[in-house]
Amino acid sequence: MQAVASLDSLLAAQTLWHAGRHPATTRDGEPTGHAALDALLPQRGWPRRALTELLLPADGVGELALLMPTLARLSREGGTLALVAPPYLPYAPAWQAAGIDLGALQVIETTPRDALWAFEQCLRSGACAAVVGWPRQADAQALRRLQVAADSGDCLGFVLRDRKHAANPSPAALRLEHDSDGWRVRKCRGGPAPTRAFAPGLH
Amino acid sequence: MLWACIVLPQLALDAVLRRLPDPGAPLALASGPTQLRTLHAVNAGAAQAGLRAGMRLAAAHALLPTLATVEHDPQAEARWQQFLAAWAYRHSSLVSAQWASCIVLEVRASFHLLGPWPRIEARLREELAALGFAHRIAMAPTPRAARVLAGLQDGLAVSNPAAMQALLDRVPVRRAVLPGDTGERLQRMGIRDLRTLRELPRESLRRRFGAELLPHLDRLYGDADDALSYYAPPDHFDARIELGHEVESHTALLFPLRRLIGDLCTCLSIRDGGVQRFVLRLEHDVHRHDTRAHTDVEVGLLAAEREPAMLFEVTRNRLERVSIPKPVVALRLLARELPAFVPASRDLFDVRAQQALPWPQLRERLRARLGDDAVHRIAPTGDPRPERAWRRVDGDDARIDTAPARPPRPTWLLPKPVPLRDPRLRILSGPERLESGWWDGEDARRDYYVLETAQGQRAWAFTPAGERDGWMLHGWFA
Repeated sequence: MQAVASLDSLLAAQTLWHAGRHPATTRDGEPTGHAALDALLPQRGWPRRALTELLLPADGVGELALLMPTLARLSREGGTLALVAPPYLPYAPAWQAAGIDLGALQVIETTPRDALWAFEQCLRSGACAAVVGWPRQADAQALRRLQVAADSGDCLGFVLRDRKHAANPSPAALRLEHDSDGWRVRKCRGGPAPTRAFAPGLH
Repeated sequence: MLWACIVLPQLALDAVLRRLPDPGAPLALASGPTQLRTLHAVNAGAAQAGLRAGMRLAAAHALLPTLATVEHDPQAEARWQQFLAAWAYRHSSLVSAQWASCIVLEVRASFHLLGPWPRIEARLREELAALGFAHRIAMAPTPRAARVLAGLQDGLAVSNPAAMQALLDRVPVRRAVLPGDTGERLQRMGIRDLRTLRELPRESLRRRFGAELLPHLDRLYGDADDALSYYAPPDHFDARIELGHEVESHTALLFPLRRLIGDLCTCLSIRDGGVQRFVLRLEHDVHRHDTRAHTDVEVGLLAAEREPAMLFEVTRNRLERVSIPKPVVALRLLARELPAFVPASRDLFDVRAQQALPWPQLRERLRARLGDDAVHRIAPTGDPRPERAWRRVDGDDARIDTAPARPPRPTWLLPKPVPLRDPRLRILSGPERLESGWWDGEDARRDYYVLETAQGQRAWAFTPAGERDGWMLHGWFA
């Protein structure tokens, strides 16, 4: 027999919604380090225990600059950061200059085939504070696995993918797409997606 | 001092049975020349079918066609006795394995730590049962007396020397484990028990039975000191499991592998050490005309570990990546160095997820599947050439320096510069002249610029010094 769940707990967990009413979102997100972006997001930061998807037109449009304040803060607090299958060499002097404690930054090189496995292991283990990954062959099912792994490992997960995947559905809690105006929120759990874009340089 | 003696009545058989998935199936150890094979020992399943030690193998097969046989290896017995001595070493600092098929250990000194004798005894029995060895245990004030009592009755314990002597007086000479065939000869002379023996004149006993008997009796009764050769733990681990049949799949190797890893961890916890590097050797049948007699699976960890589940998983992952070229007949685990083990410190009030895995274990899991070089860290170096201004850091202890101050550097570096062809490049900043490396033959003279591409990417590209075209992309400001 199924356990009886109270209505309040379902509402609090946001598995049940009041029709036509904005839910009282808990503002417990992980601060992004960009005040303007925090203001846009319903949780006032990166969603905790969840996957965030960044959709890029090309590499090198400022995706790392967006993550850098969070990563730097987590590494200085003693958390382990993992980069799974990065597309290029992370350049140590620049990462250090951005405030990252390089002692906490672990680079994991994999073949595209093993990238998803390594990504999931890192998320699920609970050993990492944040995991940034570049999986090449991720479908919705694989992303769902990653999302569940991030939840059970209490970990921030960032997936960086090509913008062509924007039209496909994704289980990620937050999706940001980079276009000519800057970063645009495509989906965010816990509220309607804001229409304004976030351009890091302008704030 | 109080001595416990653990008699292992079927050590050779248990050593074979414990590596089999189904120890209840009829099994016998066979020995002797090919023409005259006899059974050395039989397990419970075979005994039920009427098989006995000493029986001819042909007769045994006639009685029980399904009987499995394993070659008896006398050296294996000695090895397993050493293994059990190592196991006993964690309960006592004085352990001796000098007598065949038994282990003696001093237990009084352990009372403070482990509790009174009944508790120690229960613990010994529990662990021996888990290891898969049949046993009889007795305790007495002298090691030889403990050995005699263990032979008489399982669980006998005497701590008072006077009570022990009274008990020994009633022991039949044949059961008193006297040197050589002395017991049998005394019995035939009509000397029934140890008291009668002790009442005989010592001089004539020495003349008739040699110099060994009297010192033995004195040590048995505690009248003389007993200098045993004590066990000292080895500084390496080497264990081997013969599979008994040819194995060609990975899955069939996992059960014996788990045993081997378990034994390794037992050995490690006794030494209070860990293991960082070991070899799993898959031995092939050497009778075929092949060049390679074994396949080695090297397991290297970045830090010393001794968690059985973790070591098993790492070894399993490595094993599964190795193709088995020929049937495997034996597994051997060799660990030459057993470094000190420093457990990771953990906060008492740590609130991490239930199944949380510490980073070192996660790293080993990743390395096991992805390769030894897959996980690394990065550190800056002092070289001004971008491709040399960073280095890989493997392992935990390397220091990470601070990079010298330089103009902004890109977060992504391309492994090799590639031509950048974009008609709409916009120069954001530059040039930064870089001229270095004449001393090691990789002379670099470049002007670095920060460029913006048509797609909005910020690129770090260089041209040969003094020129403005032929852009080579070297990094992205991501």
